[in-house]
Amino acid sequence: MRKLSAFNLATLCIGMAFLYLPIVILVIYSFNASRLVAVWGGWSMHWYAELAGDAPLLEAAFISLRVALVSASAATLLGTLAAVALVRFGRFRGRLLFAAMIYAPLVMPEVITGLSMLLLFVALAVDRGFWTVVVAHTTMAMCFVAVVVQARLIDFDMSLEEAAMDLGASPARTFMTVTLPLILPAIAASWMLAFALSLDDLVIASFTTGPGATTLPIRIYSQVRLGVSPEMNAVCSIMVGVVGVAVIGASLLTKLGAARGAPTPA
Amino acid sequence: MTSDARMTMQKPKRSFVAKLVVRIPYAWLIAFFLAPFLIVLKISLSQTAIAQPPYTPAFDLAAGWHGIARFFAGLSLDNYALLGSDPLYSLSYVKSVGIAALSTALLLIIGYPIAYAMTRAPRKAQAVLVLLVILPFWTSFLIRIYAWMNILQHDGPLNRLLLALDLVREPPVWLSTNTAVYIGIVYSYLPFMVLPLYATLEKLDQSLLEAAADLGCPRWKAFWLVTVPLSAPGIVAGALLCFIPAVGEFVIPDLLGGSRTAMIGQTIWTEFFANKDWPTASAVAVVLVCLLVTPIVIFQHQTMRGVERD
Amino acid sequence: MQTVESKTGLAKRGFAPWADRALQPLLRIEGLTKRFGADAAVDGLSLDIYQGEFFALLGPSGCGKTTLLRLIAGFERANAGRIVLDGVDLAPVPPHRRPVNMMFQSYALFPHLTVEGNIGFGLKREGLPKAQIAERVAEMLALVRLEDFGARKPHELSGGQRQRVALARSLVKRPRVLLLDEPMAALDKKLRGETQFELMDLQRRLGLTFIIVTHDQSEAMTVADRIAVMDRGRLIQMAPPAEIYEQPNSRWVADFIGSVNLFEGRVGADGTSVEGTALGRLRVAARIAAEPGATVWVAVRPEKLRIAPNPMAPDQQSALDTAAAAAATLVDIAYLGDLSIYRLRTDGGVSLQATRANTGPFAERSIGANAKVWVSFACDAAIVLTR
Repeated sequence: MRKLSAFNLATLCIGMAFLYLPIVILVIYSFNASRLVAVWGGWSMHWYAELAGDAPLLEAAFISLRVALVSASAATLLGTLAAVALVRFGRFRGRLLFAAMIYAPLVMPEVITGLSMLLLFVALAVDRGFWTVVVAHTTMAMCFVAVVVQARLIDFDMSLEEAAMDLGASPARTFMTVTLPLILPAIAASWMLAFALSLDDLVIASFTTGPGATTLPIRIYSQVRLGVSPEMNAVCSIMVGVVGVAVIGASLLTKLGAARGAPTPA
Repeated sequence: MTSDARMTMQKPKRSFVAKLVVRIPYAWLIAFFLAPFLIVLKISLSQTAIAQPPYTPAFDLAAGWHGIARFFAGLSLDNYALLGSDPLYSLSYVKSVGIAALSTALLLIIGYPIAYAMTRAPRKAQAVLVLLVILPFWTSFLIRIYAWMNILQHDGPLNRLLLALDLVREPPVWLSTNTAVYIGIVYSYLPFMVLPLYATLEKLDQSLLEAAADLGCPRWKAFWLVTVPLSAPGIVAGALLCFIPAVGEFVIPDLLGGSRTAMIGQTIWTEFFANKDWPTASAVAVVLVCLLVTPIVIFQHQTMRGVERD
Repeated sequence: MQTVESKTGLAKRGFAPWADRALQPLLRIEGLTKRFGADAAVDGLSLDIYQGEFFALLGPSGCGKTTLLRLIAGFERANAGRIVLDGVDLAPVPPHRRPVNMMFQSYALFPHLTVEGNIGFGLKREGLPKAQIAERVAEMLALVRLEDFGARKPHELSGGQRQRVALARSLVKRPRVLLLDEPMAALDKKLRGETQFELMDLQRRLGLTFIIVTHDQSEAMTVADRIAVMDRGRLIQMAPPAEIYEQPNSRWVADFIGSVNLFEGRVGADGTSVEGTALGRLRVAARIAAEPGATVWVAVRPEKLRIAPNPMAPDQQSALDTAAAAAATLVDIAYLGDLSIYRLRTDGGVSLQATRANTGPFAERSIGANAKVWVSFACDAAIVLTR
């Protein structure tokens, strides 16, 4: 068992504290009975109750969830196809452009992608709303999915596929019965990643949305611009809780999958 | 014997399904990633108009060749001239690159020790640590910036702590300053720096350090002569992963920096939503992409090389 | 001149289908070439393998033996040449349709399936009814003595058990040819020895044709009916183990298989001696298939070298048909338990190696270090090599 030196342990503790303290403070303040941040008024669920009555906010949350569900699923499908193409198809014509288009959105500033997609929709005279946001989020997320699935495919033990073919499974069958089950944890993880990215996105949604499709981040942002408020604290705490539970659940799933997914040591 | 027994073995013809695997994502990306860029370019060459859409000339296929000719005649570089002449824009670019560069440097200084400490932890703990680093990333970007708004308020927890520890006489102003922007960027982008660094450091062959020690190299020196150079790909990946998007950041300077910071992301947003000046916004975006093209290409090159290496 | 009988005579169990001219080979490889970039991993290779053989591909790393195996399985496509199985050219047949199965070096067991799932995988692909699959799988499990392990997953098995599952999985489809890629590389020495005999037993009982790739010569010599020695993509010699060992066709093979003492010289005028060697003039048993004056090499195996504390009397010499005798000093002894390896240097400065079984206690051996001895060997122990 390796032991951490004092310096490393301190670094880790400070690092983790830095990452989590702001969120912890946020959650604590969401229970502050007093409206003012400066005054601690005792514990209260008051703001959470107010939330329940805030119809526009709840509607925005619902829209965000729907957008996230659809775009995450589409992005996972497209991203997995892209990853398979990148890893298994060798040097095909146009591979360079394809790879460039996959990696570029990972770093491209969101204002640029948002702006360009909006201009596309305008040029095509498409009504902006739910579906335009979904398309935009799918495009952005599929690149992350591709990168995650690609990493898993590269690690994949090819001799398993060869063994399957040797035993009579056609390439398509091999993919369905051997490859896919074993990379499923990575695909599931990247679905969650796409879901989180969509749920969380502000800039791209702002550019590509239309009337009736206000997402939660847009709503939160418009309120937050006016300053800190406890209802916002409550909303954020809920979101933190939901995402936290989902991520921990997903990682437990992945751990289960990893035990059977790792290449067999000889 | 070989000539008549020879069979030219060809590569198997790809099935239709296999071709679809490539073509579907390819077509999607061309339609929704590449084509939009061309449109931005086109709009940047247009003029503002009180119309829907608020620019001219509009591309009207129905007008035929004459329409196309009129279209190209209507394009101009006026917007770019504006960008060049008005110092507001050049200042914005320079400031954005500067802030992003300094933030990236801070991220590296803070992130490297964390990533290194993670690799020194016991194997089983490392998976948990990676999860802990990723978790904040999945809890909404907006929320995390908002959390800092809470903390950095004039009467917020940070100032109260500083006053309580007697470190300051008066509560300092944090919000709407460059400092708040730096804190926001470092806080939000930390996982993007730590994870690539961790991935590279984790693959480092421990026996190299043992060999260095065996050859008489003290531990701290081995760190600089062996570990750091070998973690260069991780450093480059992390730095680019942070720097490039940071240049075009909007939310952080908007919420934490106020109007004084005016990074380029804010400029684009203002031109677009506030001034309804689509052509100028597009021109600003095009110039930004040109600025970032070099780092983006380096990033792509590095990523593909890293993939091939594995 | 090798006769058909002598060829059969060198076969281990009297099984020698290659000697029967009327018999067609099961697998015929003609002029096969496979290039990776500029290098030819397999270079114009031709060989025939017969039904019921346990055939070994032996050679140093990079000699192309694994590439050849993968070409037969269909995971690589040749640049030139043909592979014909049962009279059918395999070129247009993709790997999942070839009647050939492979046992992978890493075993390649499907981690998400149980042992039964792994073994039954190939049968499912054939579309057999469930009951029949279960029956065949149970049969296989009994054959490899893993009856109680059917429901386990690969990561719950030991290395030896995983190897047996891999074997069962590759055998259950009753392939025409079974390819084994260094199947015992991951096993410890004792287990390796046991597994070798199990494999031979299995192969004979089922009457199947096995092709094994190995870099371990003793393994090849133990299991194989015939060995194909390869180097840099080419076939150097193909023969039963005894023939490879006792009648190597070149210095390369003589040196690769076991150890050997080599003496370079020229064929004597009478055609039955080699002159000008480091040990002087050497008499050999049979006529040399080369012209007088041609350069040849005399190869003598270490176990055929006799060491005696005293020189033999001249009349004793000719009676034993001794090829040569020389004085030497014992430089070093390597004690291996069952035998000892003696390193000697003749008075003329030539290094020799001899092996002797340790029939008595080591402490009571007759020759100690730095002892002066006489080295000799019989005429028929000398192998004359022309290349």
